[in-house]
Amino acid sequence: MKPGRLTSIALAVVLLPMVVPARAATMEISMENLVIVPAEVSAKVGDTIEWINKDVFAHTATAKNGDFDVTLPPKKSATLVLRKAGTVDYYCRYHPNMKATLKVEP
Amino acid sequence: MFVRWSTAIAAAILLSGPALLQGAIAADKPTDPQIAHIAYTAGVMDINAAKQAQKKAKNKDVKAFAEDMLRDHEAVNKQALALVKKLNVTPEDNDTSRTLSKQASDKLAELDKLDGAAFDKAYVANEVAYHKAVNGALETQLIPSANNAELKSLLQTGLKIFQGHQQHAEHVAAELK
Repeated sequence: MKPGRLTSIALAVVLLPMVVPARAATMEISMENLVIVPAEVSAKVGDTIEWINKDVFAHTATAKNGDFDVTLPPKKSATLVLRKAGTVDYYCRYHPNMKATLKVEP
Repeated sequence: MFVRWSTAIAAAILLSGPALLQGAIAADKPTDPQIAHIAYTAGVMDINAAKQAQKKAKNKDVKAFAEDMLRDHEAVNKQALALVKKLNVTPEDNDTSRTLSKQASDKLAELDKLDGAAFDKAYVANEVAYHKAVNGALETQLIPSANNAELKSLLQTGLKIFQGHQQHAEHVAAELK
């Protein structure tokens, strides 16, 4: 029994740090008919943003402050792990009338 | 009656003043097959302009812009072709399409004489004017006149894309100064 208990303690110690990032959420944001929905998303550092481009046109998710520039080919999606807290306005470089905001909490 | 309507569009494109278009006779409505033809023709115009720019442009932002135009307008026209096929509609040539084509080939010839920075500037300036005129025509004439819901919806998507192109073109134009 003892070695068994030791193993489970050891496992718990090893696994514990892996549990934390697993709690991070993935938020989906769609781009359809040249509109970003939802236009405002609140997330936490460590969360993943997944942009889903439903259009037959290429789009980008480009941060105004230069933090990220994600390219989304037609009918493809792409992800970004949030590393920095703050409010970031972003837009599509190809269609600058597509605008949205990410609110990233620490 | 249709001639008056198309003259208004032609004038609006020439003067790049959508205000003129708004004063156009609202009673003269183009039919769906004519609308499809006009929209497709306008797309081809910008595709040809982009192909010319790909060969002649020097500035990297202008080159990238031309590439974006080519990609988007080809995608829109592909959708338009798929839609007319689905609806079993044959696009119908008309005075507006003919006027547009004539103006487009004149513009291509005019731009062909320019090189380097002068070409870049003239191409982008024309892109701003072209998208402004097309957006005006879509908003005030083509979308309100379209009968078929799917055609109307494609035109509405087109309007959003071209409004994006206009902003993009204005941005590139401002950077060139």
